[in-house]
Amino acid sequence: MSKIIEGLKYSESHEWVKVEDGIAVIGVTDFAQKEMGDITYVDMPDVDDEVNAGEEFGALESVKAASDLISPVSGKVVEVNEALDDTPELVNEDAFENWIIKVEMSDASELDALMDAAAYKEHIGE
Amino acid sequence: MSENLNNAELLQTCLYDRHVALQAKMSPFAGFMMPIQYDTITVEHNAVRQKVGMFDVSHMGEIFVEGPEAEKFVNWIFTNEIRGFEPGKVLYGMMCYPEGGVVDDLLVYREFAPEHFLLVVNAANIDKDFAWIEEHAKGFDCQVRNESPVWGQIAVQGPEAEKTVVEVLGLKEAADLGFYTFYDTEYMGKRLIVSRTGYTGEDGFELYTSLEGTVDLWDRLIAAGVQPCGLGCRDTLRFEAGLPLYGDELSPEISPVMAGLGMFCKYDKDFIGKEALLDQKAGNLQRKLVGIEIGDKAIPRAGYPVELEDGTEVGVVTTGYHSISLDKSICFALVDKACAALDTPLWIRIRKKVFPGKVVKKRFYQTNYKK
Repeated sequence: MSKIIEGLKYSESHEWVKVEDGIAVIGVTDFAQKEMGDITYVDMPDVDDEVNAGEEFGALESVKAASDLISPVSGKVVEVNEALDDTPELVNEDAFENWIIKVEMSDASELDALMDAAAYKEHIGE
Repeated sequence: MSENLNNAELLQTCLYDRHVALQAKMSPFAGFMMPIQYDTITVEHNAVRQKVGMFDVSHMGEIFVEGPEAEKFVNWIFTNEIRGFEPGKVLYGMMCYPEGGVVDDLLVYREFAPEHFLLVVNAANIDKDFAWIEEHAKGFDCQVRNESPVWGQIAVQGPEAEKTVVEVLGLKEAADLGFYTFYDTEYMGKRLIVSRTGYTGEDGFELYTSLEGTVDLWDRLIAAGVQPCGLGCRDTLRFEAGLPLYGDELSPEISPVMAGLGMFCKYDKDFIGKEALLDQKAGNLQRKLVGIEIGDKAIPRAGYPVELEDGTEVGVVTTGYHSISLDKSICFALVDKACAALDTPLWIRIRKKVFPGKVVKKRFYQTNYKK
């Protein structure tokens, strides 16, 4: 069973969003990190880059494959988790604790299109 | 090379039930449902580099050639030279099309009986290879048999491979084998071929026997604590050791000369494809396979473009990893021959960014073969 946290929003491509003071904190789910296996590299955008809902903003790399990261919301990147540059395996250790980027949202209503914890649980079939 | 087939159409090796019981992550490969990993790829990779690991390679093909003109025939379809090569020895090489592209890369075993050869071919190519071999054998006095379905094969690889096959399996004579030699024995009443060969860059053995015997050998190795290893680390290991994978680094479009494997082609004999390969060797080729190292943790994957500093595309990545043993991002790439010299600066486009690198030797990892 993968860990799922109540109160977060989830995308079909297995990113989670937590809103803190109007900023969207974005990471990948526990289900996603398990599917990927050992994560060896996190490709992240730069601060001030624009991201768009439904579009790729980076990638997770395991030994075997690269998997695109899809932004659940649109806006401007205000912070990236630099700890992941040297220790990408933090995502395997705790995918919810180790967020990837923080985004200043341009349209908070985009959050309404995302799933809640119960819907995501059904989405991954657990 | 995974194929999108329904599971029902996929073949299973004799060890399929063992893989399922070990809860391996399974995936289609070359028409078979094969184990990709049992633990993490890193754990399995390191087991082979540091101790010992074993692979189910029963999907590989075994084709036998026998008869008065068997040597003459095999030497005609095979790029390497088998005349003067003694019984009990194994030789690597390719079968080529007249245009120089590769039908398959394979091992040729010269058996102990005169004019008997075993050809071990890639699983994905068994039917194609056998058709090719049958077709070209017509003018020669020899018989060819595809026995692939009745042979299982386990590869035991790593610095403790010798100790493992001697102590766990009691195959004492294995200790006396040099690299690329084999001997015959019996196991559960059927032939067992013990071959000091592999596809990992480490010392090791490939054990060919009956399906029942293969399952029994596997169970004994598991009971002794040998790490089962899947196709995931088979690829990371062979890649680091600079070994090509058919479909990625060799293909109907990528000749041995382009792949830098010209030393396995011998031109003082005739073989199918010789003229085309000689022409390429003389400089008449567009691209060559190189190694590229980039100074970043981003990973070059198959299909990513290789560029010059000004963005001109000069090639494409064929296999790439963040190397587990070397902690570097490296790849094989097919590039314009003008860019193939060692130390040539090249850039690899990885998603939106471009990473600088340079051409390095393809054998990234110092291999540890038995002398």
